[in-house]
Amino acid sequence: MTRHMDMTHAGDHLPKTSLVAPRPMDLSEKPLLQVRSVSKYYGRRIGCEDVSFDLWPGEVLAIVGESGSGKTTLLDCISTRMTPTSGMVNYRMRDDTMREVFRLSEAEKRFLMRTDWGFVHQNPADGLRMTVSAGANVGERLMAIGEQHYGDIRQTASDWLEQVEIAKDRIDDQPRAFSGGMRQRLQIARNLVTGPRLVFMDEPTGGLDVSVQARLLDLLRSLVAELGLAAIVVTHDLAVARLLSHRMVVMKEGRIIETGLTDRVLDDPQAPYTQLLISSILQV
Amino acid sequence: MTSAPFSSSEAQSGAIADYNFAYLDEQTKRMIRRAILKGIAIPGYQVPFASREMPMPYGWGTGGVQVTASIIGPDDTLKVIDQGADDTTNAVSIRAFFAKMAKVKTTTHTGEASVIQTRHRIPEEQLHEGQVIVFQVPIPEPLRFLEPRETETRKMHAVEDYGLMHVKLYEDIAQKGHIATNYAYPVKVKGRYIMDPSPTPKFDNPKMNQSEALQLYGAGREMRIYAIPPYTDVVSLDFEDYPFEVQTFEEPCALCGGTGVFLDEVILDDQGGRMFVCSDSDYCEDRRAKGHRGALSPDIYESEESLSAQISQEGADA
Amino acid sequence: MENTLSSSNTLSSIVKTTPVILTDVAKNFTMHLRGSVSIPVVAGVNFALRAGECAVLGGPSGVGKSSILKMIYGNYSANCGQIMVAYRETMVDIATADPRTVLAVRRETVGYVSQFLRTMPRVPALDVAAEALVEQGEEVTSARDKAGSMLARLNLPEKLWQLPPATFSGGEQQRVNIARGFLTNHPVLLLDEPTASLDAANRAVVIDLIREKKKQDVALLGIFHDEDVREEIADAIIDVAHFAQSAKLTGERNATQRAG
Repeated sequence: MTRHMDMTHAGDHLPKTSLVAPRPMDLSEKPLLQVRSVSKYYGRRIGCEDVSFDLWPGEVLAIVGESGSGKTTLLDCISTRMTPTSGMVNYRMRDDTMREVFRLSEAEKRFLMRTDWGFVHQNPADGLRMTVSAGANVGERLMAIGEQHYGDIRQTASDWLEQVEIAKDRIDDQPRAFSGGMRQRLQIARNLVTGPRLVFMDEPTGGLDVSVQARLLDLLRSLVAELGLAAIVVTHDLAVARLLSHRMVVMKEGRIIETGLTDRVLDDPQAPYTQLLISSILQV
Repeated sequence: MTSAPFSSSEAQSGAIADYNFAYLDEQTKRMIRRAILKGIAIPGYQVPFASREMPMPYGWGTGGVQVTASIIGPDDTLKVIDQGADDTTNAVSIRAFFAKMAKVKTTTHTGEASVIQTRHRIPEEQLHEGQVIVFQVPIPEPLRFLEPRETETRKMHAVEDYGLMHVKLYEDIAQKGHIATNYAYPVKVKGRYIMDPSPTPKFDNPKMNQSEALQLYGAGREMRIYAIPPYTDVVSLDFEDYPFEVQTFEEPCALCGGTGVFLDEVILDDQGGRMFVCSDSDYCEDRRAKGHRGALSPDIYESEESLSAQISQEGADA
Repeated sequence: MENTLSSSNTLSSIVKTTPVILTDVAKNFTMHLRGSVSIPVVAGVNFALRAGECAVLGGPSGVGKSSILKMIYGNYSANCGQIMVAYRETMVDIATADPRTVLAVRRETVGYVSQFLRTMPRVPALDVAAEALVEQGEEVTSARDKAGSMLARLNLPEKLWQLPPATFSGGEQQRVNIARGFLTNHPVLLLDEPTASLDAANRAVVIDLIREKKKQDVALLGIFHDEDVREEIADAIIDVAHFAQSAKLTGERNATQRAG
């Protein structure tokens, strides 16, 4: 029972986890994103090759594999941060039309990326403006889409800081003064403020302490459910994939070698490489 | 504003080396004029140009000088100001440069000038149709300090991705309670491009809007030219709940008593004594010539004419 | 017109009366890390679950009981056969369904009480218990109320409710797990040794819970090692040893064929 007493003390730091109803599931829904035969070559070296999959609204897809397996290349290609050598990526815009993302104009692409999409980098410094305040970091996307009322922007920013468990009185502090976990949570708020429907995450919990990681995972999970976000999460951590994702793609040498329901791939892996990957996990 | 090469007789007279009219060669002027025309056609857009070495260091107005040299003609009258004053080193040197190289008439009177080259001010006297004001620009890119990559800022202009500009204003309000940017205050030109109005005080921003005069901007080191054609909307960025405001001054000009003008602080002694005087020296002198006086105006410096004018005005009043 | 109507009536009656039907299901594991050796688990699995009844998978441990439960839940793949499960007005084949369909079936039709609780870090026991109910559309406060009374019924001290169950004892974790599984309104409930680490009093609570589910026309399929619990609740015993034997025979036949 003493164990529990310790936990009671630790419980002071626990936030009131928001138990949220997930987005209702509708099997007749059409895919939000279609990836078709996407390949990226660096000269003769393969970045990723012949990758195809669909993503539905509200669905979280994990891309797993070891370093160098092409996960991040694939993520960059789908999110238009990089142009693939060949292949197609289609996205269902808010007006329900399917558009080929590489045929969008630069202006349309940017608008998409700062409204309907989010990108969470492994290193928060890559996704944040380190020398402007937390409030402005969150407010930037709003200002970019024409929000012109300072008070409203600040209020929204403050609400989002609260959502990601950053004390409101830190709103005027620069992320330079934040811990790694806070920075990552700030980056998430900055991405979610415009209510995107699709968020790309590149090792979102990489480089964080285990306890900080747990907090972030819990936060991400409830936000994804609450907002009905679709997400593509690149991770080498199978535990992260299990906690966050519905569906999983296993990559090796640039190709998808296994895909399916997350718990099925983890508990009943079929491909030799997936079996090796899963058997390599350290048990606590 | 047409330019003409020196006549051969002048060149042969040997007074100075055989320079072309207004220093730059005709091909260079054509290149710069094309950039200017493009700038006028796309108000607020920064046009790259092949900036030349000028016989003065960068930072002394090489961009403005090249623009002026490309548009000035023998019939023009030139005024040059630096922080509003006609008599500071930079203004005097550039005025002398054109007097020598183009043999144009120079003036300190805003109303008389057809071309005004300026550093950091727009004259108080309203500019009129037919006048051209040429700004010396140190850093043309308003997004530079927020986004250091030129490749990225160009794209941001191209796709009107200007959220960052408001981030800066947001930071001002968050830290200081108001928009603390006092000079180089960003403007949106003709509802499209965000532009740096050069380091003029924001006090001058309203003068840019719907100006009758053509406004040209030259950045020599940065190799950019941009322009605002006459009668163009120029809006200073702000928030709905923190609207754009110009500086106000509590007291009038200590010399001419002028109000509603931009004042410079002048330290008088090391006891804390100071006064505020017009930044626009021509405007101030003109007012004093018309008999206006400020609290500290030292009449001994006044010319006899203005004194007598004052006396005659007082006589008329009486 | 009448034909369509009567056939849809038939389907809807199947959906209501036998919400799970397994036909010729087989499962083997291919261990690529051990020279791709194929380990047969079960074969020729044929049975159906009836609404309002509790079927129990029988046979010694390691015989493949859990594998069958996991295949029905979509957690394990099936190598052949059909696993038809009721979903809304129709039956879907879990063996071939895409991941989204499996998730939809889990949300609405098939509940699962696993042997071990897999918890989310930081999420308090009360919310772990209420979560599946919220997923089914129950309002959060009332789901928490129901979770609270369920945890109380299972004798889990109230001071633990707001703590994450990761540090709980096995029995405490299992009770959170049971609360989570029994709270929902799934028409099919799979139970993987829910009483394994419970004392007699809590075992009795679970037996009561199963009886209540049966009254609500839920079809249950479970693995119970306690003889007494099995006797209390089992309406049918499905002999898994039999399926394991067919798998072994099939495996040997294939091996001989390969050798020949």
